[in-house]
Amino acid sequence: MPTQCEEIAALLPQVVDSDEPIDLPVRRHVESCLRCQAELARYRRMLRGLQLLRTQYLEPAPGLLAATLATITAAGERRAVTSVLTRRRLAYAGAVAGAVAAAGTTTVALVVARARRRTLPI
Amino acid sequence: MAPVSGASGPIDLAELVAAAREGDRGAFDEIVRRTYVDTYTLAVRLTASEEDAQDVVQEAYLRAWKGIRRFRGEAQFSTWMYRITSNAAATQHGKRRRHRTVGLDEVADPVETEVALHPEMATENHELLARLAAALDELPPRLRSLVVLKDIYGLSHEAIAEELGISVTAAKVRLHRGRKRMRDLLYEEAERHADAV
Repeated sequence: MPTQCEEIAALLPQVVDSDEPIDLPVRRHVESCLRCQAELARYRRMLRGLQLLRTQYLEPAPGLLAATLATITAAGERRAVTSVLTRRRLAYAGAVAGAVAAAGTTTVALVVARARRRTLPI
Repeated sequence: MAPVSGASGPIDLAELVAAAREGDRGAFDEIVRRTYVDTYTLAVRLTASEEDAQDVVQEAYLRAWKGIRRFRGEAQFSTWMYRITSNAAATQHGKRRRHRTVGLDEVADPVETEVALHPEMATENHELLARLAAALDELPPRLRSLVVLKDIYGLSHEAIAEELGISVTAAKVRLHRGRKRMRDLLYEEAERHADAV
């Protein structure tokens, strides 16, 4: 294959469906070179064939639909359980924090009251 | 499988998507029923493995259900689903570090739709399509995904790059290499045979 044909053959996978205009020297060469025209035709045929593959559907295994729906359900249930556990944890944490705060307040009140009793004149 | 019907006939996909976005699980299940063969076909094209494709389909719909509220309807649902599927396939490929080959009998025979309606076209194209499918399976996964998503499913370079986590330039380079490899797989053997004769 002549050097110029090799160079152009290397460009063809990119330019075969490019929206951008092809360089004039490249276009002129392809128009006058049967070898490059044949190469371009191969790429075009290949792309047409690939587009046709879009119209073919492969038959999935019979259980795929049920398995897919079950996966989504299971994930939803896991999320719901996690959500409940998270809410419970927050409730426990709130209760503990409340108890600690109440105990702290009571302790402070007792200490203040005791201190006042000590400072009262006899 | 009975189609879902509203008061004015079967509910179209856009309505189902709108309902699913509001949290209607039944609507989403119907979307899965209507689209899973298409999604499975893409998954097989991307992974060249029925087993992996089944995992990819389940993962893709799980991601779609979790993210359906974020789907704004700017693109077609099918295009959005293709992007999720390609992303799930890329994840699956990451899990399968070792390259595995697939026996031809492991991949299901295609159910032709449009082609089957035109017998003359089917006869003419049958051999080419079989060779194309076989050549696709021969491609390395990183090149195959580009050829499948761009040349079969028509996704843009930008969308492909985003889903595969690569630059647009890298996507273009991989597509170029993928097409060249496909061309060699399809025609080089025939050329060698012709030269020998």
